[in-house]
This record gives sequence, C-alpha cells and structure tokens, in this order.
Amino acid sequence: MRRDEQRAIEQKNSRAFIQRRDFLAASAAGLLSGCDWAGERALRRPMMAASRFNDWVSARLFSASRLAPKYDASQRSTSFPNYFISGMTPTLADPSAWRLEIGGLVHTPMLLSIDELRSLARLTYTVKHHCVEGWSAIATWTGTPLRAVAERAGLAREARFVRFDSFDNGYYNGWDLPSALHPETILAWGFNDRDLMPDHGAPVRLYAPHKLGYKLTKYLTRITFLAERPGGYWEDQGYPWFAGV
Amino acid sequence: MPNQAPSAHNDADKLLPPDQAPEAKPVRHHPIVRVTHWLAFPLLFLMMASGLQIYRAYPSFGERGATPYPNPVGAVAFPEWTRLGGWLAGGINWHFFLMWPLILVGFSYFVYLLFSGEWQKLVFRPRDVRPAFQMTRYYLRLRREHPAQGKHNALQKAAYTFILLLGVLAVASGFAIWKPVQLSWLVGLLGGFQSARYWHFWTVWLFAGFTIVHVILVFAVDPTSLLAMTTGRYRGRFTSDEA
Repeated sequence: MRRDEQRAIEQKNSRAFIQRRDFLAASAAGLLSGCDWAGERALRRPMMAASRFNDWVSARLFSASRLAPKYDASQRSTSFPNYFISGMTPTLADPSAWRLEIGGLVHTPMLLSIDELRSLARLTYTVKHHCVEGWSAIATWTGTPLRAVAERAGLAREARFVRFDSFDNGYYNGWDLPSALHPETILAWGFNDRDLMPDHGAPVRLYAPHKLGYKLTKYLTRITFLAERPGGYWEDQGYPWFAGV
Repeated sequence: MPNQAPSAHNDADKLLPPDQAPEAKPVRHHPIVRVTHWLAFPLLFLMMASGLQIYRAYPSFGERGATPYPNPVGAVAFPEWTRLGGWLAGGINWHFFLMWPLILVGFSYFVYLLFSGEWQKLVFRPRDVRPAFQMTRYYLRLRREHPAQGKHNALQKAAYTFILLLGVLAVASGFAIWKPVQLSWLVGLLGGFQSARYWHFWTVWLFAGFTIVHVILVFAVDPTSLLAMTTGRYRGRFTSDEA
C-alpha cells in the first residue's frame, strides 16, 4: 500500500477524491498511518487519549452563544469545493418522496418534508467555511436552525449527542448536543441565494460555521438524538471527533 | 568579606583561585533550562514533521478562488521520511498530541525565566542596541577587543529573544488555526485565518533556520557550551562577567 496515493485529502475535485476513498478506508486500520515503526502501535493509545482530551478542550473552548464572523455577499469565494464519498453525485430517484426523519430521544418523532422544514424557521448567513485540509471559503447558506426542529420534536432529558445520517453511501457524523443546538447550526437548503445543489448535499445538508467541513453531513436522511456518543465516517478512521473551529 | 554573612560554603569557594576549584564554578544553566532545552529539541522536530504532513493536504495560502500568498516552498513533495503520521489524520493526531508537552515545556521555561530573574541576562532590551553593534564590529574584525558582556552577548540576546517571540507566535497562530471561530479575536490579530496559517508556516522555517545557525555556532565557536547545556557547568575558554 503506497502512502503517496493518499493524496485524497489534498484533491480539489471530488472525482479524484473518490478514487482514493478505498485506500483511505483501508488505511483506516492504522489511525496513525502504516505500522512501519513499531512505536506507533505503542503510541496509539496515548495518542487517542490525547485526541479525546483535545475533544474535551474543544468543548470547553466552544461557546454556545458566540456567533461566527459574518461577511458581505460580495466577499463570497469564487470557487467552493464539493465532496462526497459515493462514486457519483448522490441524487434522489424521487425528490418529492424525501423526508427527514427526526428520532431517537425525542418526545415526538417526525418525518419532515422539505416544505415543512422550510416553514419551521429560516436563517441566512454569509460565513467562512473551514476545511480540515487547511483551505477556507466564504459562502452564503440558508436553512432551518436545528434548534427549531429539536424544539418541535421535544428532546428527552437524556439526549446528549446527535447522529446525522445521509444517503451518501453511509456517510454519517456524530455531534455533541451543545454544538447541534447552537443558533447557527442549520439544516441548509439554500446556497449562495439558490436552492442547494446536488454537489453540495441537496436536498438538505447540515451546516454550521463552528465545525470543520467533514462534520457537516450532506444529503441528510435522518437525525437521531442519543445518550451515547456516535462516531462518524472520518472520525472512525482517526480524524478528530469534536472538530469545532 | 561582606557582612551579610553569606553561607560558609560560598565563602570558601571565593578563597580558592578558580582554576584550582573548578567544581566551585556556579551552575551556568539551571536544571529547568537544561531539561526544557533538551525536551524542546525533539518535540519541535516532531512537530515540524507532523506539520509537514498536515501542510501536504493543502500546500497553499489564501482564500479559495483568491490569489495565493507568495510561497517559495509551494507544493514541494516533501519526502516521506520528513513527514510524520502517514496521512492527514495521522499528522493531525501527532501534531495535536505533541503540542501539549511542547507548550508545557515552553511555559515552564517562560515561568523560570520570569521568576528567576534570568530574563534580565537573556532578553534583548534597548540598552543592548549599542553593544550589539560593537559585537557585530568585533565579529567583522573591525574591532579588536571583545566587548564586555554578561552571561550572553548582545547578539546572543537578540537571537534568544527572537526565538522566544517566535515560540509565542507559533503557539498563538497554532491556536488561531485550531479554533478560528472561538478565538476569532486572535485570528483578527494575525490578519485572518489564512494569514494565521501563513504565520504558522513561516515559524517552521524560522525555527529550522535558527536551529541550523545555533548548532553551527555551538560547534564552530564553543563546543563546551553543549556540555554546559547538558551538565549545567561550563568549562570552556570564554570568560564572562558572570557565570
């Protein structure tokens, strides 16, 4: 297995990204890369403990009320990369049949159509997107605050985490509840004054300016409130779990 | 004999000529300095290696779609042996694991400098400007006699002060990149997220450059200082007004 092939994360276009997906999944077994050096095995435990510690520090640094810096629409980036893990852009056979399932530790489980979701509440902001790779880009997002959905469904007291599932080949993410209920965490259906495009996660994707891009689940199908911490597609392979910015 | 009654031990030392009482020489480097120095060296090295792995994921600076910042390093393919972690997540895990001991080491050294008063011998201040010119003239052989100095000469003070500030900048820009929204004030101070990345990137090359010059000077000028940084005691040929 050649590490050089692991440029996946560096690739700017999703096609190349996908070609490397299988390699990445394989290398997932080694969170710290190949095991050429025996010391890495010994260090995996302290390193994962450090990653947990960093999640804890990140949660302490996270403010449930601090809002992200805003930009003017004129400052939008002229390009905005798009990623998905499927071989082709995930699309729905019948968009009108799409429902967002809200379940888990809620008093009222729900199935929301896109129109029902849009009618709940709406928030638009122009913010900077931060990718784990190091790039950043400014765009305008419009969506329904997740908080409004959670209030409608009524959270059980034991709910502490949220799991977001997608129809992108099993891609999913796990979030801490405070980040999920932040006023700027939205279920986005609008991008730069237009309906969200399939490349960016249509019909609805998770968006928040306070998380790294890989935490922002696209092609949403289900939101589940949980008592235990869920993993995530990249998180299970070694990427930081909290990933707040 | 002073009247303040220093300890008998110290008095005894002073009665002996220095060459007959080498053990009596005061410790040049406090244990905290020696321990933090030798911990910082490998930690910094590994931070650079894991940093190169992270850099590889996006070897460019500036917002998407905007003109990239000048970057002589660019998308140079750093050989595998210079990188640590194997892939982006591995690099991140190493980097965010080692940053805590390195910060602790740096913080310990800062606290020591501050509370021991040692900073007065090390930090470059306005009064060091003139001696710095004298020292430069001496090195350029435009001046015969070595200017008077304390523990460090004025140019050393400038170099060590620079590296202290560089350490602060590396940590500050690192945190700015890690939490650009929660620490948006810090990002603002550094000129924005991409600018903070840029600063962080340059600290690497400045650290590397400093280390190379530092090591060359140690071996070229006074290898015994390497022993002094290890055992604490200096037995070299250079005398100074202090230890």
